[in-house]
This record gives sequence, C-alpha cells and structure tokens, in this order.
Amino acid sequence: MNSPSSLLYLDAVSVTFDGFRALNKLSLVLAHGEMRAIIGPNGAGKTTMMDVITGKTRPDTGDVLFRGVDLTRMDEPAIARLGIGRKFQKPTVFEQLTVHTNLLLSLKGKRQAFAALFARPTQEEAARIDAILTRTRLTPHADRLAGALSHGQKQWLEIGMLLGQDPELLLVDEPVAGMTDSETMQTADLLRDINQTHSVVVVEHDMEFVRALGVRVTVLHEGSVLAEGSVEQVSANQRVVEVYLGR
Amino acid sequence: MIRALLPRAGADWAAAGVLAGGFLLALLSLLPETFMLHVPAFAVGLAGKYLAYAILALAVDLVWGFAGILTLGHAAFFALGGYAMGMYLMREIGSRGVYGNPNLPDFMVFLSWDHLPWYWFGFSHLPFALLMALIVPGALAGCFGWLAFRSRVSGVYLSIITQALTYALMLAFFRNDMGFGGNNGLTDFKDIAGADLHHAGTRAVLLALTAIVLAASLLASKAILRSRYGELLIAVRDAESRTRFIGYRPEHIKLLIWVFSALIAGLGGALYVIQVGIINPGEFAPGNSIEAVIWVAVGGRGTLWGPVLGALLVNLGKTLFTGLLPELWLYALGLLFILTTLFLPRGLAGLWHAAKPATVAEVTPEMSAVDSEAAP
Repeated sequence: MNSPSSLLYLDAVSVTFDGFRALNKLSLVLAHGEMRAIIGPNGAGKTTMMDVITGKTRPDTGDVLFRGVDLTRMDEPAIARLGIGRKFQKPTVFEQLTVHTNLLLSLKGKRQAFAALFARPTQEEAARIDAILTRTRLTPHADRLAGALSHGQKQWLEIGMLLGQDPELLLVDEPVAGMTDSETMQTADLLRDINQTHSVVVVEHDMEFVRALGVRVTVLHEGSVLAEGSVEQVSANQRVVEVYLGR
Repeated sequence: MIRALLPRAGADWAAAGVLAGGFLLALLSLLPETFMLHVPAFAVGLAGKYLAYAILALAVDLVWGFAGILTLGHAAFFALGGYAMGMYLMREIGSRGVYGNPNLPDFMVFLSWDHLPWYWFGFSHLPFALLMALIVPGALAGCFGWLAFRSRVSGVYLSIITQALTYALMLAFFRNDMGFGGNNGLTDFKDIAGADLHHAGTRAVLLALTAIVLAASLLASKAILRSRYGELLIAVRDAESRTRFIGYRPEHIKLLIWVFSALIAGLGGALYVIQVGIINPGEFAPGNSIEAVIWVAVGGRGTLWGPVLGALLVNLGKTLFTGLLPELWLYALGLLFILTTLFLPRGLAGLWHAAKPATVAEVTPEMSAVDSEAAP
C-alpha cells in the first residue's frame, strides 16, 4: 500500500486511446530519494506514464498519488507547482530567449502573470542561475539564444531548467537521445549528482546509459510492468530478452 | 539565423516620430491659409484617422506578434470604444438635433421612443464615456479570452472565433432595437467638451492628443514586453506546453496581454470616432479586422514600430488608390498581403533588420560549431 516512504505511487493505472491500451493496470512505487530507470520497447507506455503523472493525460482508471496527493484531478501547472518537473524527449527550451532567461523563468518562485510584470532580478536569483550554469556547463553560453545551442546543450539546458524549478521529483524522458558517448556519460554523472537531493525517474533506451546510472530498473511492456530489478537481473530475465529481441 | 524579437530602441523612435509628426501637422494647420506651409483641415482629419488606425495596429501586433494569437476580430474592440465615445458625442448634441429633442438623440425620436434606455445613462459626461471606451472592450476581451484560453482554443480555431465575435456584434448593432442607431449608427456630432468639432483648433488638438495616446501606448507596450512578463509571453508563444510544465498558467499570461490590447484598441476607436465623425455597425465588419492584420504584416509583426509604419503607409496608399481606382483597391490590398507573406515574411521591419549589421544576439553557424566542440 501507500507506505510513508513512497513518494510516487501508481496503482492499476489504465489509459486507452481509441481502443489502444497505452497503459494496462500499471503499478509503480517510487521511494523518497530514489532514482529509477524505466526501459521498454517503443509503444510500451513510457511516455504515456509520464503524461499521466504530469497531468497531461487523465487515466481512465487507477490511482496516481504524489506524497499522498491525488494527481488525477489536477492539471499540469498545479502538478508542476506541487513539485514534479519534467524533461521532454525532444528538448523543448524557449529558443527565442537567452539561456540565462530560460533559467530565470524556470526558477522556483511566483508563477502569477501579474507578478511577473513587476518582477525585478534579485541577487539570489542571479546566484542560483550562476550555480545552475556551472553545473550544466553552460556558463559561456549564458547570453546566447537557446535556439542557437547544439542539441546536447539544449538537453542540458532543459535539465538546468528542471534544476531551477527545484522539484522534489524529476521525470526525465530520454535525456541522452542524440548525444555523443562522452556527453552520455557526463549526463549520467549529472543525474546521479542530482539524485543526491532529488528523486528521479529516467526513461531511456540506451542500456549503456542505464548501466552507468546503476539504479533499479523497471521494464515496461504493453502498458504494464514486465520486470523490475537491477540492470543485471532484468538483462538476465528471459521475458525481457524475448520482448527486446522479438519472439 | 536566429534573432531575438524583443523590442529595443525602435519603439522609442516610433513614439518620438509620431509625436513630432502629429504636433507638426497640428501646428501647421493653425497657420493662416495664405501661408505656403498651411496644412488643410482634411489632411489633419486624415492624419488623426491614420494614427487611430496605428493604435489598432499596435493592439493587433501585441497579441499576434508577441503572443502568437492571430486575431481576426480586433476591430470589435476598436468599434466598441468608438461607440462609447459616439454615445457621448450624441448626448452633446442636446437640443441641436433635427428634431430638437433635448433628452433623446434623433434616431430615438425617429423610432418614437419616449425615454432613454438605461445603458445610455452617464454618457452625457466625457470622463464616463472615456472610461466606458476602456471598460467595455476590456470586459468583453476578458470574458472572451478567459473562456477561449482556458479551453485551450488556439491557432486557426481561435482566429475563427474572433471573427465570429466581431460578426455577431455587427449583426447585433445593425438592429434598431439595440438602441445604437442601427444601420446609420451615430453621427452629426457637433462638439466635444464644449469645443466645436469643425473648428481647426479643435481638430489640431485632437490630432495631437491621438499622437500622444499612440506614443504612450508604444512606450507602455515596450515596458510590458521588456519586463519578465514580456519574456514569459515569448516563452508561451514559442513553447506553450513547456511553460505549463514549469508551473505557469499560459491562459493567464495570454489573457493579460489580450485585455491590455483590447484597452488600447478601445481607446484608439474612441479617438477615431471623434475625428471621423461617424460610427456605424460597418466598423465591426470582419474585413476591417483583417485589414488591421495586413497593416501589421506589412509593417512587421513582432516589432513595435513596424505595425505603426504599416498602418500609416497602407492607409495612405488606400487614400491615394481609392481616389484614382476605387474598385481596384481590394485587389491591390490582397496582392500586397500575398507579396508581403511571400517575400517579406517579417514585413518592412524585417527589411530594416536585414540591412543592419549583426547584433550580439545573432549567432553565425561558425560560432556554434566551435562552441559545440568546446562544450560537453
């Protein structure tokens, strides 16, 4: 059940799109401070699961609780303000704004349109932005437009925006897609570092990357959990091998 | 090539130019007619009308250029502001109307009404009418925007609804029972705050006032767009769902600029009616809103000075063209829009930017190649 140590709790969640069962009685429990990797073939329901948690998609049935709060009745901004941040598969940053402004807008704080009209940059904000720029290695690019960054840099900027938002739980969808090997390993380091202070769910195809994270892995298949365990355990699982290699 | 579309000094120059031009014309019109530099009354009236249109263009650009909302119904807010002012001007006529009724405007006497409808009360006072020229468009925009943005209506669907809004208002105002003069609208105005509307001095003051309002709107818009809110607006325009997942409510962000834009449009409409001397339901016609969009497209959306320039140039063109070949104007306007879309996607403002040397925000491909090697 919903033990006090669980941060995120999904129970028997089902989502159907036009007769297609994207999620089929999916259950998943994430502990406070845990990092979890989610893997699975295309169409396994990984992104739909993220959509359900962040309020983009409403589940047909099932419970979704975050710190005991029912997420199925809330919309995206409300869930974001509750403390869940999300990084998309395709990097989405504000291309016409500078890297610095991208981070500024994502910083935890007031979210009212009217308040933004009179907001003045503060010392504290500047310090936090500097810290994030350093951490994501974007300091030399602070004044460039986000749209001018390379693909990998955009991915990092988006992770930086998540850091600015400082959510209790980070949902990270395919962070290393399109990255070079060394960028991939650096991203794994960054996520492990972030995990010191935040809970993280990472969806990824790249098994090298998942291995580098060294965390518990959940394998999704056809909208439900196929296997769960360490990388070694799930790699050895006969069903997982079948799903990945085809029967 | 990527370039920031945030407003820079252009708005200041536009405001200064509008003020200088408006005041100069106003002053020259006061010279005795024998002077060479004397500006005739019709030119002052035309300039005032163009500046009022420029206010509407600015309003359209605020939502289209900076919030990505293509409005095809903004003339509705303009016309509502115009009607509010027209109602005051009607009341100012007093007993000087054709029927000489001190309590009722002519069209109500003609319709055999025996008392003023409740919504006409207060309109004998100029401050009240001015307030209504802001409140009525603002309130309508508030309700409309709240419903539309909350339901996440966007893109072409939203454009169609804005068009329907102005069309519905046009049909409503055509009805005599509405109490706004029906088909004929409101006209035959005599004076404003005691000053004769046909007097050259009054017209000069009105032109100068319109220039002041336009300049003030430009500077206020610039201040808004340069604030953190302005940056949020760009963020919503370019990646709305991202702002939502960060915890912002894009519907509120859009609503704020939408209402501000309607307020400006309403004020522009009020100034328009004083100087043009008539307001009728034709001002709600969908074509008017589309024309405003064309001014913005020609001048350059996403800059503050572009729409002002576009409104002035296209309307000057319209005046000249309709004098020569009236039946061909709509074709010329359509052609202008097509050519702008094809060859000047960022309007005249885009031409200016292309001619200027590279700015800091600009990044050449070589630079980004070097950077991505150096970075992780």
